[in-house]
Amino acid sequence: MRGEMSLPAPIAEFPWRVVIPLTLLVAFGAAVLHSAGGGSFSPYADSHLIRFGVFLVMALVMSYFPEDWARLAAVPVYVVVLLLLVAVEAVGQLGGGSQRWLELGFMRLQPSELMKPGIVLILAAFFHSMPVGMIGSWRALLVPAGIIVVPMGLVLLQPDLGTSLAIAFGGVVVMFLAGIPQKWFIGGGIAALFLIPLAYFFGLQPYQQQRVLTFLDPASDPQGSGYHIIQSKIAIGSGGLFGKGFGEGSQSQLDYLPEPHTDFVFATMAEEWGLIGGLFVLLVFGIVLRWGLITAREATTRFSRLLAGGMTATIFFYVAVNLMMVMGLAPVVGIPLPFMSHGGSSMMTNMICVGALMMVERWNRHSTSSGL
Amino acid sequence: MDRKLTSNSLKQTFDRRSFVVGSIQGGIGLLLAARMGYIAVAENEKYEMEAESNRVNLTLIPPRRGWILDRNGSPLASNRADFRVDIIPERLEDPDATVEMLAELLDFTEPEKADLRDRLDESRGFAAVPVANGLDYEKFAAVSVRIPELPGVIPQRGYSRFYPTGASVGHLLGYVGAPSREEYDADPQPLLLTPGFKLGKDGIEQQFEQELRGEPGARRVEVTASGRIVRDLETREDVQGNAVHLTIDGPLQDYAARRLGLESGSVVVMDCLTGELLCMASMPSFDPNSFSDGIGRVEFAMLQGNDRVPLRNKTLKGLYPPGSTVKPMHSMAFMHEGVDPSETISCGGGRRIGNRFFNCWSNHGTVDMAKAIYQSCDSYYYHFAQQVGFDKVAAYARQFGLGQQFDLPVASQFYGTVPDPAWKLEKYGREWQPYDTVNASIGQGYYLTSPLQLAVMTARIATGMSVNPSLIKSATAPQFASMNYRRDEIEYVRQAMSDVVNGPGTAGRARLPLENILLAGKTGTAQVVSLSVSDGRSGPWKYRDHGLFVFFAPFDNPRYAGAVVIEHGGGSGAAYPVARDVMTFLLDPQKGLDALHALEEQWGGTAQQRLDAQYQAYASAAGVDLPPAPPPVTLAEQVDAEARAAYSGPEEADSTVFAPREEANPRSEESST
Repeated sequence: MRGEMSLPAPIAEFPWRVVIPLTLLVAFGAAVLHSAGGGSFSPYADSHLIRFGVFLVMALVMSYFPEDWARLAAVPVYVVVLLLLVAVEAVGQLGGGSQRWLELGFMRLQPSELMKPGIVLILAAFFHSMPVGMIGSWRALLVPAGIIVVPMGLVLLQPDLGTSLAIAFGGVVVMFLAGIPQKWFIGGGIAALFLIPLAYFFGLQPYQQQRVLTFLDPASDPQGSGYHIIQSKIAIGSGGLFGKGFGEGSQSQLDYLPEPHTDFVFATMAEEWGLIGGLFVLLVFGIVLRWGLITAREATTRFSRLLAGGMTATIFFYVAVNLMMVMGLAPVVGIPLPFMSHGGSSMMTNMICVGALMMVERWNRHSTSSGL
Repeated sequence: MDRKLTSNSLKQTFDRRSFVVGSIQGGIGLLLAARMGYIAVAENEKYEMEAESNRVNLTLIPPRRGWILDRNGSPLASNRADFRVDIIPERLEDPDATVEMLAELLDFTEPEKADLRDRLDESRGFAAVPVANGLDYEKFAAVSVRIPELPGVIPQRGYSRFYPTGASVGHLLGYVGAPSREEYDADPQPLLLTPGFKLGKDGIEQQFEQELRGEPGARRVEVTASGRIVRDLETREDVQGNAVHLTIDGPLQDYAARRLGLESGSVVVMDCLTGELLCMASMPSFDPNSFSDGIGRVEFAMLQGNDRVPLRNKTLKGLYPPGSTVKPMHSMAFMHEGVDPSETISCGGGRRIGNRFFNCWSNHGTVDMAKAIYQSCDSYYYHFAQQVGFDKVAAYARQFGLGQQFDLPVASQFYGTVPDPAWKLEKYGREWQPYDTVNASIGQGYYLTSPLQLAVMTARIATGMSVNPSLIKSATAPQFASMNYRRDEIEYVRQAMSDVVNGPGTAGRARLPLENILLAGKTGTAQVVSLSVSDGRSGPWKYRDHGLFVFFAPFDNPRYAGAVVIEHGGGSGAAYPVARDVMTFLLDPQKGLDALHALEEQWGGTAQQRLDAQYQAYASAAGVDLPPAPPPVTLAEQVDAEARAAYSGPEEADSTVFAPREEANPRSEESST
């Protein structure tokens, strides 16, 4: 009580519990990128830090939005992002090739990234507005399913399997948390068992099929698509307990590790910092995700609960799939590691998620302090 | 499910399910931590090794080849430090552009460019292909600075094989070259793929490959994924191969090769007492220095098109009818079979054997054995060969080394033919006839011998010992078995052979220009075609007679023996001046050189200079329109095959009677001038 009393309100209300671990993680990420950039701040580490600063301000600004705004914004945001996805497809068709971004002049916007928090927002708003008694009805299943499938299909057309799975994952977690009957999930799981082989043979591009095969047996093609997984495991495994030392990783420094600054940044880190560095990264993600889930559980409204839970799930999906990929537990799908990989789009998406969580945390605090 | 859904029950569901989600997340987090611990700690050793094998690249340093030394320890083959450029074909990104750029940087001519392309097409991909060696520093540096634009091109410092006497030792030593596909398949060692490594392709270089090769050095370097070298980690020096010590006398070998001059022929000189071969010269030859850089199409076409077969080692693989050079040996056979040397016959320009008259090359009147040798009377041999029986004489010929292969470290040697009735019956299914005896008694007919065999025969005549030739210097002198000839038999033949040169014989001009040392010898003229086609001395080169001369010196205490064969030299007159000069050089080098220099002035330079000039003329005349050279292995086989085909003997039994030609008799020429 004394601490709260002695601190001015803006400082006391500042979300230290997330900003401190995140800043540590981003700083650590910058150190790894410094090494991946051949021992230089440019081009990776400096822009990484600048982006974090910019998007952190954005997230803090977001956190001051009232709950009504967020709820009202849900449908327009969803529709706008959907239109952007259609625009990407159209530009791609006209340009005679597939692409994932829109050139805006000052930046490359990847609308599929915006759809990850967007899908969480609209589903949270949908379930909030749905009468309580209807949660067991078909409406509670089919409308969200439709909301998920449309953007997912557009992203798959790009084709971008990783992002479309991320969108589906965020949406499905929100549906699960919203309380739709368990039998549908069980039924959905059984259906998925039958759909996965079909999707493999008819839904995936040949290069994606190859990636799945390679994941199952990386040694079958050590110079081709198995190369990524093999080199990544060599980097992590050769790091040992304490790593080879800062800037001493031969796998990343001598270009054996592909994409050492984006998708395989964790392997770059693990080679130089070892298991200790890896546990630190996992610990920070654990703190952030635990904070996200606590925020969700403390939330007072249905909308804020689902929003926080969905945002946490979206961050988790990134982290889990990326780390499983670099450790050879999942196929190579091209998902970056939040707060460590170099890349503006993923930093933006994850900071939007963090901003939304900070927003919910503020709503929680104000509803408790107002004595509800 | 009757429970009424309320906002509160949904909150409970959320709490329950968010706990499930949180647990799953925590579980996956633990799984990842465990997985990472497993990879980084339990499997650390394995992955550390793999990272190390990624990072560190081991390159072999070709070992310096052992030297080949002559009997006095001077190098016949050594190594020269040089700058070289190689290509690893599978690392090339744009072969055509690379070849163009290299050709420009290294000033290649069109045929050289074509050769490089052929070598690239022929290569295995991962094995180094030589582009050029012996470069000067400027060209080497020009290629080195362009390396970023030339992936797959490797400039390096190394050693190249150097043969100081060039063409003189070409056939004897062979040459070295980059391993071919076949050689790699036979011995798949990484060393064979190392740029700059060469192995022996012929002659001594090939026979003593394992001794000469040495141990490769190794360089450990740190490389990036794309193969760029970051830094050197550690270098192990190579171990030079062992030297091979030959019995050859380097200067004598070079002298003999040069003394052959414009002729196509061979000189063999050996030490009678030890059997050591001092000289095995065969000309025309090829320059092993330029062969070792890879045979270019111009060079190959030039050698291939030469009717004097410069690719054949004539000392071992040239087979010639020995002609009259077998007469001293036949005389020894007659004596051992009970013929008294003083027994005479009458040569009336020939002699009747059975019911036919066979010509001698001259009318010698009354002839005993000594006169038959120094005047080379054919009638004498017709008569006594018939009397003794040629199957017995043939056995002596074999005893003296004809038709024999010797225990020498050479790729192949031809053993020729010593004809006898059994041989003829087997080969042609015909009975031996008196005219066969007549032909064979004077070294014609089916008789075929190599220059080496003739030299060995002479050494055995001179010493009466079963001398065996050797090429590798050994610390101990070999003990040869006596052939059981009486002292007086040997001395009789020695004296007669001395008279060939120093007495009233057929080779007066062969006399050594030295005090106190007398050369003994025997002339021979081997006919190639019958008298109806050519007189053997003029007309087309390939119809002219072979000139032969066998010799030893000093005549009364033989130390050196040898044989000279001049192909199509037009008779023995072409052979014995060569023998005389070679022996002069052996005994008094300055006198020998004076004679050679005078001759070389007439011929237009040393053998090497003439070969270079010939190459230049040929290259400018032929241009690029030449077929590429075959790989060395095939090349050697082809040469052998041609040689064998040329000497497989007539298809049908020869039934013509041999008409002997006039022996060159310079004594009479000399007296007339």
